[in-house]
Amino acid sequence: MWAIELPPFVPFFIAALFAAVTRGRVRSIILLLAPVLGGLHPLTMPEGIYWQTTLLGYELTPYRVDGLSLIFGYAFHIAAFIATLYALHVKDNVQQVAAPLYAGSAMGAVFAGDLLTLFVFWELLALTSVFLIWARRTSRSYFAGIRYLIIQVLSGVILLIGLLFHAADTGSLAFGAIGTGSIGGWLIFLAFGIKCAFPFLHTWLTDAYPEATPTGTVFLSAFTTKVAVYVLARAYPGTEMLVYIGAAMACFPIFFAVIENDLRRVLAYSLINQVGFRVVGIGIGTALSINGAVSHAFNDIIFKGLLFMTMGAVLHMTGRINGSDLGGLYKTMPRTTLFCIVGAASISAFPLFSGFVSKSMVMSAAIEEGYDWIWLMLLFSAAGVFHHAGIKIPYFAFFAHDSGIRVSDPPINMQLAMFIAAALCVTIGVYPSMLYSLLPYDTGYNPYDATHILAQTQLLFFSALAFVWLNLRNMYPPELRSTNLDVDWVYRRLCPGIIQSAVARLAVIGEMNNALVHKIGALSPTLARQFGPDGALSSTHPVGSMVKWVIILLAIYLILSFI
Amino acid sequence: MNNPDIKHDQIKDDRVYFFDKPRNVKILMQVFYALCALLVVLYFVINRYTYHPWENLWAFYPIYGFVGCVVLVVIAKWMRTFLMRDEDYYDKVEERRLQEISPARSHEEDHHVGH
Repeated sequence: MWAIELPPFVPFFIAALFAAVTRGRVRSIILLLAPVLGGLHPLTMPEGIYWQTTLLGYELTPYRVDGLSLIFGYAFHIAAFIATLYALHVKDNVQQVAAPLYAGSAMGAVFAGDLLTLFVFWELLALTSVFLIWARRTSRSYFAGIRYLIIQVLSGVILLIGLLFHAADTGSLAFGAIGTGSIGGWLIFLAFGIKCAFPFLHTWLTDAYPEATPTGTVFLSAFTTKVAVYVLARAYPGTEMLVYIGAAMACFPIFFAVIENDLRRVLAYSLINQVGFRVVGIGIGTALSINGAVSHAFNDIIFKGLLFMTMGAVLHMTGRINGSDLGGLYKTMPRTTLFCIVGAASISAFPLFSGFVSKSMVMSAAIEEGYDWIWLMLLFSAAGVFHHAGIKIPYFAFFAHDSGIRVSDPPINMQLAMFIAAALCVTIGVYPSMLYSLLPYDTGYNPYDATHILAQTQLLFFSALAFVWLNLRNMYPPELRSTNLDVDWVYRRLCPGIIQSAVARLAVIGEMNNALVHKIGALSPTLARQFGPDGALSSTHPVGSMVKWVIILLAIYLILSFI
Repeated sequence: MNNPDIKHDQIKDDRVYFFDKPRNVKILMQVFYALCALLVVLYFVINRYTYHPWENLWAFYPIYGFVGCVVLVVIAKWMRTFLMRDEDYYDKVEERRLQEISPARSHEEDHHVGH
C-alpha cells in the first residue's frame, strides 16, 4: 500500500498543517492521530531502504529502516503521543503547530539514510523547537530562545561543513559509521557533540529548557538529545574518547543539580547526566553497552518526560517552579505526587522500575571492558542521580516545609498522560524482555539477579540515608533564590563585557585622535591648510576628473612611445 | 522577584494531613532505618558473585553510596561560594536590552507565565 511507504515524518507535518487551521476537539483528534497512525507504520515495516533518489550525482536515502532507527522510532512515537496528550488543553496555536513539526523532524532525522537529509532535519529540529521556548512569552524565554537557536544552528552549520569534507573524502553521503579519522569526521563529531550537550557545550540545554512552556519542555526533553544519542550510536560506536566525555557528563551536572533552585533546571542537569551514561555506552562499543545506551535512551524518553510532566503540572497549577517557593503539594496533588515518585524511582534505577533494566547494562559493560575508574564514576553518578532527581525533586516540590499552596491535580488530559508514562515505567521495569526484544543486539542479559538487585538497592538506600543524615544535621544546602554561574556565563557576561569595554576603549582612542588633529592644526597653520578638512590635498575628487587625468596620462604615454 | 500573576493559592486550610503528624514521620523514618539495616545484613546472607574485586570489600555499596552523596553535597555547597549570584543576575542586563529593542513592551507581559 502506498501509505505505508510514506516516511514517518509525513503524518506529523500533515497534522501540523491541519492544526494550524482547526480548533478545539477536531484539532485534538488530529494531533493525537498523527503519532498513532504514524506509529502503526514502523510496526509493520520490515528493515530496508524505502526511498532513494539522486541529487547532483550523490545518492540520497531519505527513508531507511533498520534495527537502530526502529527502536528510536518507537520511542519517539510513544513520546509524541504522551506529550501531545499532555498538551491537549493548550490553546496557543504557535505551540500546537510547532510541536508536531518538531516531533516530525525528529522522526525524519532517525530514519534519514544519508547525511544531507540528516542535516535538513537537524536544522528543522532547531527551528521548530525554538517556538516551544518563545511561546512562554517572557523576556527570559525570548533571550534563552535566541541563544538556543544560535547554538543549534551553529551545530547544523558545522555538520554541513563536516559532511562536505566527508563527501569529498569518501565520495558518498551515506550515513553510517564515520569515525574520527578525518577532518570531516571531527567536524561531524563536534556538531553531534553540541546537540548531545557535551561538557562545555551543554549550556544551551540548561539555559533554554527550563524557560520553555510547561508543556513545551516535555517535547524538548524527548527529542533533541535523543536524536543526538542516535546519531552518535550510528556514526561513532566504540570511539574511546566518548567513554571519558560520557563519564564527565554523568558526573559534573549532579553538583549543579544539588544547588539549583528551579526544579525544571535540576531536571535539565539530570538530563545531561543521563545522556552521559548513554555516551559511555556508545564509547565502549560492545554489543552489551550499545544495547544499554539505546535501551536507556528509550527509557529516559519516558521517565524524564514523566518528571518534566509532573513539574510542568506544578508550574501550570501554581505558577511557581522554584524549590524555595514550593512544598507540601502532596496534600492537594496526590496523583501528581505519585506519578512524580514513579518517575523518580525510574530515573534512580530502583528494581522493578525502568531505569534499572537499562542503566545496569552500561555499568556491567564498563566492568567487563576493564574501565574500573569509569565504573566508579558511573556508580557515584548513579548515587547522585537518586540524590538530586530521585529525592530532591519530589521532596522539595511535594513534601518539605508546607508552602501553604493548595492547588488541585492538573486537568484530566495531563493526568492521563502522566499515568500512561508511569504505567510504561513500571511495565518495562517488571517485564524488561518487552524492551529487550526491540534492541539491536541479542545479548541474553538478565538484570534481575540477587547480587545486582542487592547492590543497587544498597547503593540507593544509603544515598537516601545520606540525604536524611545531612538534613537532620542541617548540612543540606537550602533552596535559595539564586542564579548559579555555568559555562554560559562566558557568552552571556564575559564576552559581551569584553566587547563593551573594547568599544569604550576605541571611543577613547577616537577622542584622543581628534584632540591630536586639533593640536597639529594649532602647531602648523600651513600644514593644516593643506591637509585639513577643506585643504587641497585632502579634498575628494569626482570620478570624472580622475578619468580625465587617466586619459591625459595615457595620451602622454602614447606620445612618448612615438618618440 | 515577585510574579504578579501567580495564580491564587494561599488558602486557609486547617485540615491535618499525613505528614503533619510527627508520629507518622517517625514511623516512616524507623521503617527506613530498619530497611537499611536489613540490606546490610542481607549482604552476608545472599550468596553473591562479583565481577570486580572492589565489590568484595566490606559493605562496599552502602559505604560508597553514603560517602559519595555526602561528598557530593559538601562539594556542591562549596561551589555556591563562587558560583552563586542574585536571582536576577542576568535579567538586569537583558531587561535593559529588551527595553532598547522594544520599549513598548510592558512589564506585566514580560512575566506572563505561559500555558
